[in-house]
Amino acid sequence: MTTKFTPDHEYIVVDGANGTVGISNYAQEQLGDIVFVELPAVGKVLKKGDEAAVVESVKAASEIYAPVSGTVTEVNEALNGEPGLINSDPEAGGWIFKIAITDAGELDGLLDDAGYADLTK
Amino acid sequence: MRYLPHSQHERDEMLGVIGASDIDALFSAVPKSALKSFTLDLPAHSPEFLVEAHLRALANKNHAAGDGPFFVGAGAYRHHVPATVDHLIQRSEWLTAYTPYQPEISQGTLQMLFEFQTQVAKITGMDVANASLYDGSTGTAEAVLMARRLTRKNKVVLSGGLHPHYRDVVKAYLKDDPDLVCLSPSPEGQGDVLEHIDGNTAAIVIQTPDFYGHLRDLKNAAEAAHAQGALLIVVITEVVSLGVLEAPGALGADIVVCEGQSIGNALNFGGPYLGLMATRKEFIRQMPGRLCGETVDADGNRGFVLTLSTREQHIRREKATSNICTNSGLCALAFSIHMSLLGEAGFVRLARLNHANAILLADALAAVPGVEVLNKTFFNEMTIRVTQPAASVVERLAQRGILAGVPASRLLPGEEGVENLIILAATELTTDADIAALAAALTEELA
Amino acid sequence: MSMNTQGRPTGIGTVGTGASGSALIPDEPLLFEIGDTEHSGVDLPEVELSSDRLGGFGRKTKLDLAGLTEPEAMRHYVRLSRMNHSIDSGMYPLGSCTMKHNPRLNEKMARLPGFSDIHPLQPVSTVQGALELMNELSYWLMTLTNTAAVALSPKAGAHGELLGMMAIKAAQEAKGEAHRTIVLVPESAHGTNPATAAFIGYSVKPVPAKADGTVDVEAVKAALSPEVAAIMLTNPNTCGLFEPQVIEIAKAVHDAGAFFYCDGANFNAIMGVVRPGDLGIDAMHINLHKTFSTPHGGGGPGAGPVVLSAALAPFAPVPFVRKAESGLELVEHVEEQALGRVTAFHGQMGMYVRALTYMLSHGADGLAQAAQDAVLNANYVKARLEHLFSVPFPDYPTMHEALFDDSFLKDTGVTTLDFAKALIDEGFHPMTMYFPLVVHGAMLIEPTESESKQTLDRFCDVMAELATDAKEGNSERFTAAPMKAPRRRLDETRAARQPILKWEKPAGTLKAAE
Repeated sequence: MTTKFTPDHEYIVVDGANGTVGISNYAQEQLGDIVFVELPAVGKVLKKGDEAAVVESVKAASEIYAPVSGTVTEVNEALNGEPGLINSDPEAGGWIFKIAITDAGELDGLLDDAGYADLTK
Repeated sequence: MRYLPHSQHERDEMLGVIGASDIDALFSAVPKSALKSFTLDLPAHSPEFLVEAHLRALANKNHAAGDGPFFVGAGAYRHHVPATVDHLIQRSEWLTAYTPYQPEISQGTLQMLFEFQTQVAKITGMDVANASLYDGSTGTAEAVLMARRLTRKNKVVLSGGLHPHYRDVVKAYLKDDPDLVCLSPSPEGQGDVLEHIDGNTAAIVIQTPDFYGHLRDLKNAAEAAHAQGALLIVVITEVVSLGVLEAPGALGADIVVCEGQSIGNALNFGGPYLGLMATRKEFIRQMPGRLCGETVDADGNRGFVLTLSTREQHIRREKATSNICTNSGLCALAFSIHMSLLGEAGFVRLARLNHANAILLADALAAVPGVEVLNKTFFNEMTIRVTQPAASVVERLAQRGILAGVPASRLLPGEEGVENLIILAATELTTDADIAALAAALTEELA
Repeated sequence: MSMNTQGRPTGIGTVGTGASGSALIPDEPLLFEIGDTEHSGVDLPEVELSSDRLGGFGRKTKLDLAGLTEPEAMRHYVRLSRMNHSIDSGMYPLGSCTMKHNPRLNEKMARLPGFSDIHPLQPVSTVQGALELMNELSYWLMTLTNTAAVALSPKAGAHGELLGMMAIKAAQEAKGEAHRTIVLVPESAHGTNPATAAFIGYSVKPVPAKADGTVDVEAVKAALSPEVAAIMLTNPNTCGLFEPQVIEIAKAVHDAGAFFYCDGANFNAIMGVVRPGDLGIDAMHINLHKTFSTPHGGGGPGAGPVVLSAALAPFAPVPFVRKAESGLELVEHVEEQALGRVTAFHGQMGMYVRALTYMLSHGADGLAQAAQDAVLNANYVKARLEHLFSVPFPDYPTMHEALFDDSFLKDTGVTTLDFAKALIDEGFHPMTMYFPLVVHGAMLIEPTESESKQTLDRFCDVMAELATDAKEGNSERFTAAPMKAPRRRLDETRAARQPILKWEKPAGTLKAAE
């Protein structure tokens, strides 16, 4: 499994043809306490860059864009009751949705750990 | 000028601190061609007593509702407002505060809004209410848009019993929308919506008591709507009716919109009024307008804040649920104070008194030759058919000092079958003598 | 992910006193905790309804509404009121909100029965004075703005925007230009602008600002195309600056076949001094509750009449007042009218009375003086504080607002929010924070013309002292603030995560009466 990042602070953990998407630890720190997550519908077909979800803190609403094209296969229902998971465990328990990747080539355009670390320095 | 604190000496001193030669230097970004390049054909400042005299002269040209027998309703109602209400809302701390964006120093307004939301939820029988909208008509348009967001469907059916102005506002908000179905006026109170509900329907909009005063069957409507995955939006223009009528929430309503003017607010020639909106708990994220919620402060004390504001325009901008910003805070305060003074006991008595007076009015009108009362059911308002064009009859009665109601044709010009209809309301302020005067005058005019 | 942040979440302070409630800073229970369903503060007769006409729709569920007697209600609402800051009790320098003095003559006039006790649908022959007042107010608004028409009925600024943009859409359609679907909105605009444009189906295209805080005419020209229906521009803008190229922008917009919607939220800076019609605007709403001092009332009611250019005048909604042989008539319907109506009845009459009273009191000379004093006051605050605070756009004199950014707080551990909360402990309402969005950690101060030099000096002294204190590292005074308000900082996260939006009876406390 490898983790890639977008310049917009989404991450995608890639496992074969499937990916798990959320927001980075840096992003959750910037946003502060997350109070609500609007999840996508399972089965929704997304193009890279499409708005997939919305993460709300008390005074900000941030769109989460699809890091790659694909179909939503699963969403993290736990966030409905406990949106703070994104703060406490952004890159594991605070994942937002899973996606079946249609074009693995799109992953090449994303940042790796080091590249993302540079971006948020 | 009595409202401007600076003396000329102080102005000069301040310009010195700024380092500006004169006041025009501060307007240097304004194109020369536009700065003070005109003479305004307007009067100069005026002492308080002269301004007052001018406005009194204008006011005196109007026939106030309290000047004689009065039966005008159709979406705005003359009720008694306790003196306490108007005294309290003029307190500086209520009148001259802004929207409570700094909760630590706005707990008065915020707690009041929390109480207001609770009162509205209780009278409508719904889970939650917002902190008010502009009025009932714009609230209805907002409810329609909200239902579309919730159902992701487009077709909306407006009952013919919906107030024509409300219908027009929805039409303006949904300009030229082919999925908006506006049914013909239904002055006899006939049910008209159910046959139009289909699988594409987002919502049906039913007013009760309707524009003509008839009470509508909400339970049937809710069942029919829900069977097709549509929502029932209930509109109430006379909120006092909820004192004796079953709460829409208990009958299956999904969104309830009321004009709240009747409680705590004067007629004011049409505004300011206040829109009430209440809905089911699961719909709050699509509800427009401000919401106040309970929380605690850093010391653990209970306090209140505006919450879920990410729905609103100042954060979501083009993705907001509505563009609404300023709402009807002071009118909501007046509503809430009046409702607190009424309480359950007073609210129910007030509603019963309205209904009792309306029964007296209906019976008196039915006895006038040439008058047919169309309503079998009503709360405090009814429609009569007379033997002459209604507008002329109402105008002639006004010349006799009696404001006898609203000719339906005023709101439905050119509409067939409404020319001879008058809509009349009675409230707790209607006296036996008022009713007798109306009946006598109407008998003469129709003879 | 996009970050669309207006403010920052409120942190929870750490210093607790636990004190809550005293004679002068009251702590008041909820109405439902004081009253019950049997108490009432009105005397109404109990009537017999032997045969109702409710057709079986009568209420079966309980209302469960708490009531208060009159003395209880009086005390409840007076005590609540004392937890509010208000203009009458202290300076309220909220940028873009124009919190000016509210003359009480306005209130007195609005309560004359000839205005407050008339029904919107009583015969027009019985409300000639009301129509005359609407006519007179219209004349003032058109004269002050040099425009051809005004639509009075919008209920607030955002509602006026909606109407103005609907009129623009109708006008474009009438020209056969319905394909124009884009509205240009500068990044510094009020949130209502993009919300309004999107609300009626336009797509929003942001226009970047120049480094000096104003809109670049070249950027507007580059953004204009045959698909653009209108530009929505605030002038003076939300940074408190007059747009120096506004006439060129208007010309470019018109040359491209688009309309110029001006957000008039900041009209207070220029009333009687500059006429927006001379700048080439086509539509502009005027917030009567800001510029003409109808009170804000804790968040409304407002009123947002829209002035219209000759090109847009035919698309004004109903109702409007027109002179006829028999006197004034109220036009409530126009056949084939493009727009129709945006509210029931005739708009905010109560606000019309207050605004006209305010205008007559000031006169043309007083309004111009008020605008100039508002600008003088903002520049004075800026001049007195610019050595300690950071000014993001120093190139132009400011108009009626002084704007600072948070760079002066760098490395102090104090945020804009903390700084603002510390002002509360000094007896001032905070300025507008984190708006406009284009300025980092913005502090937008609008003193208005109502503040005396003494008050401004006291405010500036306090601001200077706070800035010095922050820079010297005394951050706890800020992060723990406010300490002297009826409440400490409130937990907004908790409020949003588990919303409690109404009072519920605590479990297990059912009263015998129920």
